Amino acid sequence: MDLSTTYLGLKLPHPVMPGASPMVDHLDLVKRLEDAGAAAITMHSLFEEQITREQQGMVYHMELLDHGNAEALSYFPQAGEFRLGPYQYLEQVRLVKQTVALPVIGSLNGTTSEGWLEYAKLIEQAGADALELNVYHVAADPAESGDAVEQRVIDIVREVKSTVTVPVAVKLSPFYSSVAHLAARLDAAGVDGLVLFNRFYQPDIDLQELAITSQLSLSRSQDLLLRLRWIAVLYGRLKATMAVTGGVHTAADALKSVMAGASAVQTVSSLLLNGPEHIKVIVDGMRAWLEEHEYESLAQARGSMSLERSPNPAAFERANYMKVLAAYQMKIA
Amino acid sequence: MYKREMVTFDGNEATAHVAHQVSEVIAIYPITPSSAMGEHADAKSARGETNIWGTVPSVVEMQSEGGAAGAVHGALQTGALSTTFTASQGLLLMIPSMFKIAGELTPTVFHVSARAVACQALSIFGDQSDVMGVRSTGFALLASGSVQEAMDQALIAHAATLEARVPFVHFFDGFRTSSELNKIEQLGTGDIRAMIDDELVFAHRARALNPDRPVLRGTSQNPDVYFQGRETVNPFYLKTPEIVQKAMDKFAGIVGRQYHLFDYVGAPDAERVIVLMGSGVETAHETVEYVVNRGEKVGVLKVRLYRPFSIKHFIDALPKTTRLIAALDRTKEPGSAGEPLYLDCVNAITESGLDIRVIGGRYGLSSKEFNPAMIKGVFDEMKKAEPKNHFTVGIIDDVTHTSIAYDPKFNIESDDTIRAMFFGLGSDGTVGANHNSIRIIGDYTPNYAQGYFVYDSKKAGTVTVSHLRFGPRPIRQTCLISSANFIGCHQFVFLEKYDVLESAAEGAVFLLNSPYSVDEVWDQLPRPVQQTIIDKKLKFFVIDAYSVAKDTGMGVRINTIMQTCFFAISGVLPRDEAISAIKSEIERAYGKKGKDVVQKNFEAVDQTLANLHEVKVPAKATSTIEMPPTVSPLAPEFVQEVTAEIMARRGDSLPVSKMPVDGTYPTATTQWEKRNVALEIPVWDPEVCIQCGKCSLACPHASIRMKVYDAALLANAPETFKSVDARGKEFKGMKFTIQVAPEDCTGCGVCVEACPAKNKTEPSRKAINLQPQIPLRFPERENFAFFMSIPDYDRSQLNVATVKGSQLLRPLFEFSGACAGCGETPYVKLLTQLFGDRAVISNATGCSSIYGGNLPTTPYAQDSNGRGPAWNNSLFEDNAEFGLGFRLTLDKHSEFARELVGALRDDIGSDLADALLNAVQTDEDSIAAQRARVVQLKDKLQTIAKPQAKQLFSLAETLVKRSVWILGGDGWAYDIGYGGLDHVLASGRNVNVLVLDTGVYSNTGGQMSKATPRGAVAKFAAAGKPLPKKDLGLMAMNYSYVYVAKVAFGANDNQTVKAFVEAEAYNGPSLIIAYSHCIAHGYDLAKGLDQQKLAVDAGYWPLYRFDPRRAATGESPLMLDSAPPKIDLAKYTGNETRYRVVEQMDPARFKMLAERAQREVTMRFGVYEQLAKLAFPVTKP
Repeated sequence: MDLSTTYLGLKLPHPVMPGASPMVDHLDLVKRLEDAGAAAITMHSLFEEQITREQQGMVYHMELLDHGNAEALSYFPQAGEFRLGPYQYLEQVRLVKQTVALPVIGSLNGTTSEGWLEYAKLIEQAGADALELNVYHVAADPAESGDAVEQRVIDIVREVKSTVTVPVAVKLSPFYSSVAHLAARLDAAGVDGLVLFNRFYQPDIDLQELAITSQLSLSRSQDLLLRLRWIAVLYGRLKATMAVTGGVHTAADALKSVMAGASAVQTVSSLLLNGPEHIKVIVDGMRAWLEEHEYESLAQARGSMSLERSPNPAAFERANYMKVLAAYQMKIA
Repeated sequence: MYKREMVTFDGNEATAHVAHQVSEVIAIYPITPSSAMGEHADAKSARGETNIWGTVPSVVEMQSEGGAAGAVHGALQTGALSTTFTASQGLLLMIPSMFKIAGELTPTVFHVSARAVACQALSIFGDQSDVMGVRSTGFALLASGSVQEAMDQALIAHAATLEARVPFVHFFDGFRTSSELNKIEQLGTGDIRAMIDDELVFAHRARALNPDRPVLRGTSQNPDVYFQGRETVNPFYLKTPEIVQKAMDKFAGIVGRQYHLFDYVGAPDAERVIVLMGSGVETAHETVEYVVNRGEKVGVLKVRLYRPFSIKHFIDALPKTTRLIAALDRTKEPGSAGEPLYLDCVNAITESGLDIRVIGGRYGLSSKEFNPAMIKGVFDEMKKAEPKNHFTVGIIDDVTHTSIAYDPKFNIESDDTIRAMFFGLGSDGTVGANHNSIRIIGDYTPNYAQGYFVYDSKKAGTVTVSHLRFGPRPIRQTCLISSANFIGCHQFVFLEKYDVLESAAEGAVFLLNSPYSVDEVWDQLPRPVQQTIIDKKLKFFVIDAYSVAKDTGMGVRINTIMQTCFFAISGVLPRDEAISAIKSEIERAYGKKGKDVVQKNFEAVDQTLANLHEVKVPAKATSTIEMPPTVSPLAPEFVQEVTAEIMARRGDSLPVSKMPVDGTYPTATTQWEKRNVALEIPVWDPEVCIQCGKCSLACPHASIRMKVYDAALLANAPETFKSVDARGKEFKGMKFTIQVAPEDCTGCGVCVEACPAKNKTEPSRKAINLQPQIPLRFPERENFAFFMSIPDYDRSQLNVATVKGSQLLRPLFEFSGACAGCGETPYVKLLTQLFGDRAVISNATGCSSIYGGNLPTTPYAQDSNGRGPAWNNSLFEDNAEFGLGFRLTLDKHSEFARELVGALRDDIGSDLADALLNAVQTDEDSIAAQRARVVQLKDKLQTIAKPQAKQLFSLAETLVKRSVWILGGDGWAYDIGYGGLDHVLASGRNVNVLVLDTGVYSNTGGQMSKATPRGAVAKFAAAGKPLPKKDLGLMAMNYSYVYVAKVAFGANDNQTVKAFVEAEAYNGPSLIIAYSHCIAHGYDLAKGLDQQKLAVDAGYWPLYRFDPRRAATGESPLMLDSAPPKIDLAKYTGNETRYRVVEQMDPARFKMLAERAQREVTMRFGVYEQLAKLAFPVTKP
């Protein structure tokens, strides 16, 4: 069964790969992912704040009291010119690249088009085959319009596209007033891929400490539904290829994603729960299902259940809402 | 011809540039102001820079200057070219080795930034007392007067010593030369190469100790031959002056600058000649040229080679017309017939049979200003028929009337030099920006530039004054600016405190950083400031730099902004050229560190120009704001007359008669210095407060305090004074207040971080919250005064071994000049709360002696009975021994007093005598009872007419238990003072040692000590320290009779209090090692408590108490007070720049060090756990 796919211009034997996760910090896990047949490795994100705060903080703390006292004109040694910034991240990209023969997708997470974007180039130079931009942003400023929020995403993409030659994907959240419009603008701006969707860290309240805590719980298959809808909506309307992330646990989840229109399927929670070898379980399951249902190739199934092609496209749009609601009411009755 | 690079260096860097290139082994130890030479040498080696022979010199930090000199001696004896850098006490510690090095005719150069030595007081500033103290060692003494000379003569010294075999001290004045920035011509490696003769290097190596050609040195000799042996060196000393002159001539041939052993400048037919050495010669040179051009027959003889003193060269250099010499010494030798240079001049003239009169004078001690006016004053004095001998210049001596008069208005500043002065705070980056400006002018224009920086001695809120000169000729005015054509005041509050415009020339530009807009600012100026602006016709500009900094993401750093203003309005450079140069410098400084930082600075530059405005100066001064008095009229007389003058920057005008004769000062004076440095101060919310006392304990400045008191006292409380019912059954019916000292708080925010209580409706607020200081200043000032009037809780009724109990005791250490958020001072304060009313403190030199005893005001305070800590700082190295001396006296005196009580038993009554002798004095209650008995005793003694009664009267107070504390940092305890500390602990005497462990030499700027943890960077461990922290506690436990505690108040404040109480109660030596967070760790110190907790949780800083008394009951003396490591060490280290820098520089090394450190933490904790489980056999005594 031919499961091959092309995502971000990368020819892959199948669409299943680990999503951005801390697994890449451990080279033994990276190796196990490769052995389990992962199609590519996605690095976890390097955060804008990691870059800017590191730079500003270190400069601040090292210089704060320079020339502030007759006896101590500085408090840190001047030797060893060093660059500030999360160089261990770049080093890790390099190591992962050396460890596996797979394509490696670097990941940057930030919301402004400022100095930190130089890291896109550095990640490329460290050997990444593609770059995923995670524009995680909680639009909490009442003074900022939806349009301005979107414009920032576009600006970041333009900026990064102009500095790197490797393909660039954008990982979006579902919280835009017009996801389809934003996707089209990004497509026009030259983005090579869309990754749908980012999962927000949800703040929680610690009653004991009266403090806000935030933790990321593992996804469930149910989380996939939101992704399916939007992949299905967008399929066929963009030049960019798409990946699903969030809620893929089983071969069925992966198949649904592809049928909605995804060229790649990222999974993290299932691997954290079952180990890197679970990749193989998913891929084998997909192959078995396709064989059983006499598909020629995975390509044949891609987009088959998209808005454009599905037997009941209304299900993805407003009509679906009315129907579901009606069915629910009937159940109560 | 070979074109040399022009560079902007200070004297330390200029010297290190040469010393590093001509050495193989460099042994150093930090001491102000020479530390930077060692640091430059270390940095050069760390960067892989080689000496002229192509190998990287080995730089080793030793445990003391004595150690450095010993290591240099050893290195020389085995054939290396070796050098060291030092000053002051450091040079004195080297003396024994120096005699040896010279006696063995060993070529070396010690580079010394000459500094005052500690006498009636320590001073870090420059004079030549230290160098004069080594005159007899046999070292040659070569003096440099400027930054250029420091580089040139460093090389001349290294070249000459190899040929002469006489070792050299090459010295220049501390601060004035060591720290003055100046544009100079840098000697190239080729120049250095050409000056050093390799054959002499080979000869030195050939003399080395070598088992292949064994010899023996260091014999012990007897009366028969020692004397003759001592005379063998004469030929070498006789030849040395010629050898030095030869080296100077060779240098002139290569480089072009000609020096002589004595250089004369002035009228060829001068009759009056001043002789001096060091930086003063430069100002004298300028002054002489100025007055000679106006017809005076005067001159100056610059002394370069002071030892060996060549009478021939001296006489040859003097004009034949000389009638009178004034020899000026930058040192003081009490009891001598005259200071050294004077005596040498007298001798030279006498031996030469010349008819020249010689007088001597002293000037410039401890960097006292020495300027053209004073030099002119000396020349004028010399005109008199009977000029004063043994005079002083620059001070008013109204006691023995040594001082001569001069006209302070005399100045010789030339019109082609731009003179700019800047008043800033240490933390606002003013000095850093000025360093940068000098570099810009030095590097981007053909102009010469000079910068000199004056600091006060506070760590938080240091006032800095920068003196910058720019001009087309080399600048040799080695004195402060007296007439400035630009004045920058970077802090608005200074206008109310200091006469900022005193030195402004007519028509000067005045730049003010003002929170008020261009339209409002005039009315906010004090009236005298307005008047000066009008009278001197100043051009007045304002900018709200803090707003620009905030808006452009620069935080509170206004350096770039004020620098941009200076260039925009001073006219030093065309504006556009200057702005582009500033941006290039920003790119150079931060380009590698991150684009974001560069962008933010660029934005600040651009925004500055848009926010800089000229103020239209009205014709009349209309302000109603007057300069407030420096101190409250309630302050004691000494504070009014002396302390306040120093605070107002008028200390130079205080006459000798105002100074205490023996260095004795009143305590409790910080309370009069209302510094108002906090932008925000804590505000107490009584409803939320749980009355735990943690804020008070954690406050580094004793500016947040608590009291429990009788509710009736509230009758007279000011309107906004807050109180609440006191919690706890022992305080039933009483009131409780937490009060801030609004004008003494530094706004560090540690109290807020320490507060565990949260507001239930708004959990981001606590029982303590920071609010802007200005609106609170006056009401809270009144509240604090009222709070202080409430009587302290009766200490005999408190359980002081708890956090809350201890915090109801009055702190007798308050408002010190320590850094905002200092991690040391809470321990010092706690000690004074618990034992301050009967404590004698010996303090090692370091941060704790500076914030503890630096003028003008000092923080050790007194309780309502006038009792409080008595304090002294002897030296860095002898602190433990010094403190032991206290104990020995107290033990002897109390023993003698007890003997006398016994002898006078019948006279004073047996009941009282027995009670005095049998008092247990184990707690506050019993100590109070003994105090009462002593009062009774003294009353009685006055009625007894026996000589013994008089004796006992003078010793009676020693019958009350005294608490001896020995305080210092890790540099003292782990390194320089360790030998003494070890001996004192071993003595078994009842002393309490408190080690404020920051893991670096904090006071001198973060050099590595043996307490530096593995993996942290420090100076001399620029790549991260490869070896673990010395376990001082474990070493002390080995004695088995020393009480040892390791504490970290941020992790467990109760354990800290307990340890202090136990240590003091233990009748033997006690050692407390206290985790002290420090700015040298590189993070926001408000988070210091969190870091302490992480340090403990990670097992890096296990808390324990080792109490030898426990062994008697079969228990292990060691009690672990913290749990096994429960988080990774990285969780702790990851928050501190000192560790993270290594990660940035060399991730692989970081990983290696981190792994080792982690293993070590686990291992050490395991060892402690086993020790804590040991069972001790109980043996009958």
